[in-house]
Amino acid sequence: MSFDSPKEPAIELVGIDKKFGTVHANKNINLTVAKGSIHGIIGENGAGKSTLMSILYGFYQADHGEIRISGKPMTIRDSQAAIAAGIGMVHQHFMLVENFTVLENVMLGAEGGQLLAKGVASARKELKRLEDDYGLEVDPDAVIEELPVGSQQRVEILKALYRGADILILDEPTGVLTPPEADHLFKVLRVLRDQGKTIILITHKLREIMAITDTVSVMRRGEMVATRKTAETTVEELAELMVGRRVLLRVEKGAAHPGGVLMSVRNLTVKDSRGVTMVDDVSFDVRAGEIVGIAGVAGNGQSELLEAIAGIRKPSSGEIFIDGKPVAGVDPAGLRDLGLAHIPEDRHHMGLVLKFEEYENSILGYHRDPRYGRGPFLDLDAMRKDAEEKIGKYDIRPPNPRLRTANFSGGNQQKIVVAREIERDPKMLLIGQPTRGVDIGAIEFIHKRIIEMRDAGKAVLLVSVELDEIRSLSDRILVMFAGRIVGEKSGEAGEQTLGLMMAGIAA
Amino acid sequence: MTTASVPLPAWINYGLIPLLNLILAFFFSGLVVWAIGESPFEALQLLLIGALGRGEGIGFTLFYTTSFIFTGLSVAVAIHAGLFNIGSEGQAYLGGLGAALVALAMDHYVPWYVTMPFAVIGAALFGAACAAIPAWLQAKRGSHIVITTIMFNFIVSSLMNYMLVRVLIVPGKMAPETRTFLPGGQLPKLDWLIAMFGGKLGAAPLNFSFLIALIMCFLVWVLIWRTKLGYEMRTLGISPTAASYAGIRYSKIVMITMLISGGLAGMMALNPVMGASARLQIEFVGGAGFVGIAVSLMGRNHPAGIILAALLFGILYQGGAELSFDMPSITRDMIVVIQGMVILFAGALEYMLRPAIVRFYQQLTGK
Repeated sequence: MSFDSPKEPAIELVGIDKKFGTVHANKNINLTVAKGSIHGIIGENGAGKSTLMSILYGFYQADHGEIRISGKPMTIRDSQAAIAAGIGMVHQHFMLVENFTVLENVMLGAEGGQLLAKGVASARKELKRLEDDYGLEVDPDAVIEELPVGSQQRVEILKALYRGADILILDEPTGVLTPPEADHLFKVLRVLRDQGKTIILITHKLREIMAITDTVSVMRRGEMVATRKTAETTVEELAELMVGRRVLLRVEKGAAHPGGVLMSVRNLTVKDSRGVTMVDDVSFDVRAGEIVGIAGVAGNGQSELLEAIAGIRKPSSGEIFIDGKPVAGVDPAGLRDLGLAHIPEDRHHMGLVLKFEEYENSILGYHRDPRYGRGPFLDLDAMRKDAEEKIGKYDIRPPNPRLRTANFSGGNQQKIVVAREIERDPKMLLIGQPTRGVDIGAIEFIHKRIIEMRDAGKAVLLVSVELDEIRSLSDRILVMFAGRIVGEKSGEAGEQTLGLMMAGIAA
Repeated sequence: MTTASVPLPAWINYGLIPLLNLILAFFFSGLVVWAIGESPFEALQLLLIGALGRGEGIGFTLFYTTSFIFTGLSVAVAIHAGLFNIGSEGQAYLGGLGAALVALAMDHYVPWYVTMPFAVIGAALFGAACAAIPAWLQAKRGSHIVITTIMFNFIVSSLMNYMLVRVLIVPGKMAPETRTFLPGGQLPKLDWLIAMFGGKLGAAPLNFSFLIALIMCFLVWVLIWRTKLGYEMRTLGISPTAASYAGIRYSKIVMITMLISGGLAGMMALNPVMGASARLQIEFVGGAGFVGIAVSLMGRNHPAGIILAALLFGILYQGGAELSFDMPSITRDMIVVIQGMVILFAGALEYMLRPAIVRFYQQLTGK
């Protein structure tokens, strides 16, 4: 154990192999991560990144292979063993008790004795030291649910450090962050690295890999296909390694030819179930043949806006017009009849019923349509034929309409939703987070379909927290902050400008 | 966590695992029997012969099975829409009033097959009415259906006490029950069904409502898996957010589902009231509504599974009664313990053996 030589490996995975039934999630993986480095792992959904990290963190046991931490072979049976071995994990979805303070969360599971008082005092001191050492400033007495997401993430990192982690695994850490918050995270990660910590960053965002990592490994279909020094590779090379073919990273689209207004929103205000105003006096129009993007950090009212227009959430005041007709208060089924299709933000809870077979989901929302059965009955043959056509046209894999929807990958699940909504040939399309958790190959495909819809004269309203996606697809961009639309920019607006508007700093 | 998602062939899922659960349940029941000084093997033998040995035993077994099919279907329909209807007991009880009123009104004038359809409708309507208020409270006010249906079990029980003691009782008699229905208000025994297999029904009360139960199984299957309404119920049951996205109205589906569920529970009354005793008696449901919950869970909420689970409980009821008759040291309460074991292992612990079986299966297939 010498801290002097940075070349010494912190983690070595040798011949890691893991099968789930017939799925070969990890095939003979070898990986070496140098101590004091930031190592990126990229790959599409289902490439095996999460499985590999779960093995390292003790959630799963590998069928074969060896894990060495600082050169010593280790068996990691559970997360307790992983923590003892100095491995800390920051999950994509935070594991925090929302109504506890920062300090209480950090102590949780390491309280030290039956009585709290002594533990609290020493924990407070230790927390202060960690915050100072690594520039992770958070108020120890703040309650988690009142903290912004970026700070909550810092608490997760503090939790890992408090437990003595020398190796930090971060799983898609920037998914929920604003660009400034992400920059701050990267700053913290660099400080941690310079202090000798080893960091593994799992992501599908190539830009982040380029910005922060020292080395990067690419996974594809359960195999480790390449490891590169970040300085010696390019975004294009990494994308190609991930997908296994050349990918178009930039969407190709011509100029928009907007027609008449198809959808307008006037002074719309939406409150959530607690009575908090989520959408505050919002007005805008969407014309035929244009894509209007709504940029914003998650939680600034975009979801509620989309749900209100889709008829799922009742607005508390304001009007929504479709083709000039007022539709506030019309239910989703009625809106579908008027030609409004909706690809919802959350395909797991809204767009799909995961326990259903694929063909059952391919009619969700349109199940009353006579083409799927006369009178009160469903025509299963017609449903399956219809599903098979969509599967063929959208290259949904595996091409099996009888397969449970939960067993499709994220990208293919999203294609099921996209196919269902687009194939109805709607007049207007609401899209929320079209490519969240979707692999690069499918992103390209879905983006192309969206552009096609625009070129066919449909009105498209797009909500996404991926600024890149908003910028590359939208003809006009509206920025939402704290429930209000704080500004409108053209599709060519710079990332910097939009980023500041999203943070509520400049209009 | 790791084995839960591994798919197993259907014969393991629906055949081997339930069978092993059942064997475990009988094993532990056997230990209990052994502990009180009786021979478990002899007890099992007595139980099986009592339930399946003679035509009469089979007749009793299928009589109980009929009741459990109705209440099992009632619970299953509600579960498909994500509702836990614990009130099948009370709904069946009130359904008895519906059936009895029809029988009392018509038995003087028409043969049984004219009365029957009206009795089916009457029983279903009263059962549905009993479910309607909890359903409305759940749909419109968010009062939890588990709580309200339990409360309605008590309300119905009191109401029926009042009806039988004060209103429907035969003047001058002590027993709180209606007069005996004439043959025009009774359901015929299924002697011919048992005779087809060379047995004799004897005194067993197996009656026409068994066939109605089987028809209801088919109709429930059609409803759940072949209609748009069933599709909406299942969507709501699995994912309420997906249902709201799809424009499926929560309050409408909750109301319809609970009315159907209550109606099925109500129909259970046909079996004891019009089929067996030919009169409405106090507490005639006797816990069949609660057994329906176990039957539905064991039968995976599928009509085919419900028939099998109802049959199993029918065997336990009938065989258990015979067993406690032949082995006096095994009391009625002991039979309840055995039934409890079956519910515990086959219902509550149904996935206990799964991880081990998955590992064994994976080794066997070399995957």
